Amino acid sequence: MALEKITQVTGRGVYVPGEDIDTDRIIPARFMKCITFDGLGEFAFYDERKAADGSLKPHPLNEERYVGAKFLLSGSNFGCGSSREHAPQALYRYGFRAVIAESFAEIFFGNSITLGMPCAVMAHDDIQALAGLIESDPAILITLDLLEGKVTAADMDFPATLPPHAKEALVQGKWDAIADLLESVDEIKNVAGNLAYFKAA
Amino acid sequence: MSKTLLDKVWEAHTVRKLPNGATQLLIGTHLIHEVTSPQAFGMLRDLGLKVLYPQRTFATVDHIVPTDEREEPFSDPLADEMIKALRANCDEFNIKFFDLPTGAQGIVHIVGPEQGITQPGTTIACGDSHTSTHGAFGAIAFGIGTSQVRDVLATQTMALHKPKVRRVNVDGKLAPGVYAKDVILHIIRKLGVNGGIGYAYEYGGSTFDNFTQEERMTVCNMSIEGGARVGYVNPDDTTFDYLKGRPYAPKAEEWDAAVARWRSFASDPDATYDDVVNFRAEDIGPTITWGINPGQAIFIDENVPTPAELPEKDRATAEEALVHMNLAPGKPIKGTKVDVAFLGSCTNGRLSDLTEVARFVKGRKVKDGVKAIVVPGSQGVSQIAEKMGLAEIFRDAGFEWRGAGCSMCLGMNPDKLVGHQLCASSSNRNFKGRQGSPTGRTVLMSPIMVAAAALTGEITDAREVFDIK
Repeated sequence: MALEKITQVTGRGVYVPGEDIDTDRIIPARFMKCITFDGLGEFAFYDERKAADGSLKPHPLNEERYVGAKFLLSGSNFGCGSSREHAPQALYRYGFRAVIAESFAEIFFGNSITLGMPCAVMAHDDIQALAGLIESDPAILITLDLLEGKVTAADMDFPATLPPHAKEALVQGKWDAIADLLESVDEIKNVAGNLAYFKAA
Repeated sequence: MSKTLLDKVWEAHTVRKLPNGATQLLIGTHLIHEVTSPQAFGMLRDLGLKVLYPQRTFATVDHIVPTDEREEPFSDPLADEMIKALRANCDEFNIKFFDLPTGAQGIVHIVGPEQGITQPGTTIACGDSHTSTHGAFGAIAFGIGTSQVRDVLATQTMALHKPKVRRVNVDGKLAPGVYAKDVILHIIRKLGVNGGIGYAYEYGGSTFDNFTQEERMTVCNMSIEGGARVGYVNPDDTTFDYLKGRPYAPKAEEWDAAVARWRSFASDPDATYDDVVNFRAEDIGPTITWGINPGQAIFIDENVPTPAELPEKDRATAEEALVHMNLAPGKPIKGTKVDVAFLGSCTNGRLSDLTEVARFVKGRKVKDGVKAIVVPGSQGVSQIAEKMGLAEIFRDAGFEWRGAGCSMCLGMNPDKLVGHQLCASSSNRNFKGRQGSPTGRTVLMSPIMVAAAALTGEITDAREVFDIK
């Protein structure tokens, strides 16, 4: 499986402020009653964006000027809570191609990388500065350069990092591990053969 | 060199280093349920792959199962489609399914231990973040996403990075009326909801040594709420006694060898840790949440915090929480009116939880106007509880006695909050909207505190209601 080598993401951004934004907020559980991920995009942040009567609540994703954003910016511990891959799937299908936050919950992070959606860490003040640029000009183009480890927008740039393994996986086009995992079936059987509970089964 | 349990289990299950530096780790036991597996089976089909070790995957149905009207087809066509899809997938790929008619269905994290599938020194994965529960047996257990469910089905392995290990010691004796749930809520309150990112939590100390196996499960269950994907307790006689005689536990002739092997996985006494934190059991009181994440917690006799007294980084979330919860800062949380009381979930839906609560509610009545439900974590728990007369005690007290499932822990089945209802809940998450109503309010607490709330109609101190001294 040849996957795209993801070295750069360029596009517009939207800032959704908040700490500890959990995956229940990103995709409420009732929308997980499905047997495919198709169509999840429209339910991203659903209860944050819409009231019970369907009317729109004030939310950055409801603002016309941010439509088409590829970058989602947020606070710390983004994606905490449930392991549901439905959360990054919903963001990806909504149109996001990268998430920038102060830190990420681990399972969300791994799920996102597997989809080829980089999650880059930036400092609090830098995120605020970048959010300020977006606010003053939503059409501004942001570039995440994974090799350089930075985000540029207008004439500013900010350090933006991923752990080395995730960066390597993305830039080498190995972000979905399945092909690598399938290569070593003999070794898998060897290791399993040494474990008593595999023999018993 | 001395090693932690994590080191030993990791070593025994390492297949190889992958080109990007991750470890390809063998997953000994794979647990699946209806919500996060159908897409994974779809991906397998798309790729033309088979399940490599079908005998090492076990399925149950829990999230979408109604706890009252359980006849099929379910009234919710989407839920019905999901159970049918799981049945078809298990049939096609030859996977053991603890389905509704088997009498062994239940929440995946209750079924695994109850069947003796969860064992020390093993690796376990499940498409559910509360998989950390199984760490109570000295297993390394990961919550995973759906693509990784596919990886485990196809290869029985995943690409992972070895976490650091933080030893979390709790020593001493818990005061009467203080339970394992209070211990983990306290740990999360002190270490933060993101404090565990990058770490596995190894819980130990005399409090854990003296805990029952089910108490250890309650603590490990909520590791992820503190940001730690993995949490575990070293296996000991308590663990082995719990497992003995269970359907999938080693049989008599293999038992001694299994115990010796399991014991060898425990962290060496001189193992070194990346971090160590210490708590005293005596410092922990009945703990409940006041906000919208499990770290926003206080003792029952404390006041709801004012944002100004919190560290600056926590203030915005605190403001948001106070608005959502409709609580007054600086005022007691005690006396807050409760609409719903939920006793159940993979955190606190085990037999010991129900037994302990039944002891106190016997002969008493749920307050008029409170909807109180008891949801056993599995059909196995339910059957024993009924035999013991617990169901009758709960029914007599005005609780609804339901069928096994995730129920009101999350809004994926008919058990949901309505509007702004406030729920005293023995579950694990108080996120906005978690219990099915976007404006619903969740207050996490121990089962005994849920019972006290049910009986009085307000958030209250169970020690006073039940005269626990």
